[in-house]
Amino acid sequence: MGMTVTEKILAAHAGKNSVSPGDLINVKLDLVLGNDITAPIAIKEFRLIGIDRIFDKNKIVIVLDHFAPNKDIDSAEQCRMVRQFAHKQDLTNYFEVGRMGIEHALLPEQGLVLPGDAIIGADSHTCTYGALGAFSTGVGSTDLAAAMATGEAWIKVPSSIKFSFRGHLNPWVTGKDLILYTIGQIGVDGALYQAMEFTGEAISSLSVDSRLSMCNMAIEAGGKSGIIAPDNKTLDYVEGRSSRTFNVYQSDDDAQYAAVYEWDVANIEPQVAFPHLPSNTRGISEVGDVVIDQVVIGSCTNGRLEDLRIAAQVLKDHEVDRRIRCIIIPATQDIYRQAMKEGLIEIFIDAKAAVSTPTCGPCLGGHMGVLARGERALATTNRNFIGRMGHPESEVYLSGPAVAAASAIAGKITSPEEL
Amino acid sequence: MIYKGSAWKFGRDIDTDAIIPARYLKTSDPAELGKHCMEDADPEFINRAKKGDVIVAGENFGCGSSREHAPISIKAVGISCVIAKSFARIFYRNAINTGLPILESAEAVDGITTSDEIQVDTDKGEITNLTTGKVYYAKPFPGFINDIIQQGGLINYMREKVKMQVD
Ligand code: SF4
Repeated sequence: MGMTVTEKILAAHAGKNSVSPGDLINVKLDLVLGNDITAPIAIKEFRLIGIDRIFDKNKIVIVLDHFAPNKDIDSAEQCRMVRQFAHKQDLTNYFEVGRMGIEHALLPEQGLVLPGDAIIGADSHTCTYGALGAFSTGVGSTDLAAAMATGEAWIKVPSSIKFSFRGHLNPWVTGKDLILYTIGQIGVDGALYQAMEFTGEAISSLSVDSRLSMCNMAIEAGGKSGIIAPDNKTLDYVEGRSSRTFNVYQSDDDAQYAAVYEWDVANIEPQVAFPHLPSNTRGISEVGDVVIDQVVIGSCTNGRLEDLRIAAQVLKDHEVDRRIRCIIIPATQDIYRQAMKEGLIEIFIDAKAAVSTPTCGPCLGGHMGVLARGERALATTNRNFIGRMGHPESEVYLSGPAVAAASAIAGKITSPEEL
Repeated sequence: MIYKGSAWKFGRDIDTDAIIPARYLKTSDPAELGKHCMEDADPEFINRAKKGDVIVAGENFGCGSSREHAPISIKAVGISCVIAKSFARIFYRNAINTGLPILESAEAVDGITTSDEIQVDTDKGEITNLTTGKVYYAKPFPGFINDIIQQGGLINYMREKVKMQVD
């Protein structure tokens, strides 16, 4: 019987010829990730296991990105504890302020994740790396602790759902819109415990940045992972970023899927998710009058170069509405530098947007743009849960960078077509 | 284990920001995290929940972030177990790994209202609503997961393995 790309990767990492959905397997990991929120607990747990050294100093990545640069004394203490551990264990891939970026933008960029890898990260958006054809999933701190000790994790092989996107994308539609549309169709638990496999000509036409945005939000449909089988674009992207060897897997024609969805992207316009669930989506033409106080363009979903280029294209020769705070956060130092070289940062500053050093910051209501009671934000982030960006009585709407930038100019949620 | 307590009923898609808002994640101290458990979902919960009480929720409990602070804050309040129609997968893992008992039973959730007295036998997966007298059964865990739960979580499980290797 045929296997899906996900099943093939898992079988290879469990030393088996084949696996089936539901199998409980032990997987040898290529990479293990933690951040300043999840690593502190993992480090405490790691110490309880009773061994001193981590399994491989090259395969554990720690990024200080959530509350870094430190927002207050407590977060500074947390980062210090993680920092001391990273130095003591001599981690090759420890990313300090100045070198760090938002983890899920940083790891692909640095060539740390490759096609065919099996990866866990103590962060729910670890599913992002599926965009390069890896099996990658979010876990908790205890899983991270165990993986730091052994380089392995227990995984229940997920069944896969196939999402096939036909046709040509409408103007301003990116991977973010396709994934918001998908979540709107199947709901926030529509892919619970399952692997979401994205295929079709519209997916082939997407840039790697856009694919990363898409797989990033598999978790918002309850998915264990998102995956796009590697093609030439994937191989071009990873080339030169790593000297590590990797394997390219594709799904067999007779692979089994728990469900198959097929959509024509000609019917998909830019999407907006209303509070308080990412599944609460509407096409931009259905949004109506929604006045906003803040726009955030950034995060592990949409803080990549393509996103900044789109935002700049919309913001060029415009100004952000006087009542709006528009905060733009390049997701990594490299993206920041490239945006500077291309003149994007200048466009943002001319438009009266605030540009920040890489950080998760406002995405989780941490710092750099926390909302007051009753305020409303439109963000290119991935979650609009109650209180996600600040006060429990604030509201978050989600969109891609084009709609976010246009809305910053208009002061209300707006299509870039309407400017 | 057998637990007894009052039920606290919540709806579907209770996310990790509702269980423990991100603004409190600057510490991993259980006592501190416990003070804000469920704050944005029900501000009264933390003042009135008693040790042994049971959280009962709809589908997709614990969706969202991978933060283990969520099961930690629930345990810190003294909640004995969580019964839901389904769990988000990272929360499910985290609960097992940290030794917070969880049970999946849609029937039980439909048959329980807030303040009902509940008795849970986690070994048998048996949920008794003492207020109505009805009994429900949760799906059993697969074998190896059961081992982790029996040992009180993944770290204890691993510590035993490491000890065995050293011995
Ligand atoms: S940008 Fe937001 S969603 Fe992404 S890792 Fe940071 S906090 Fe999590």
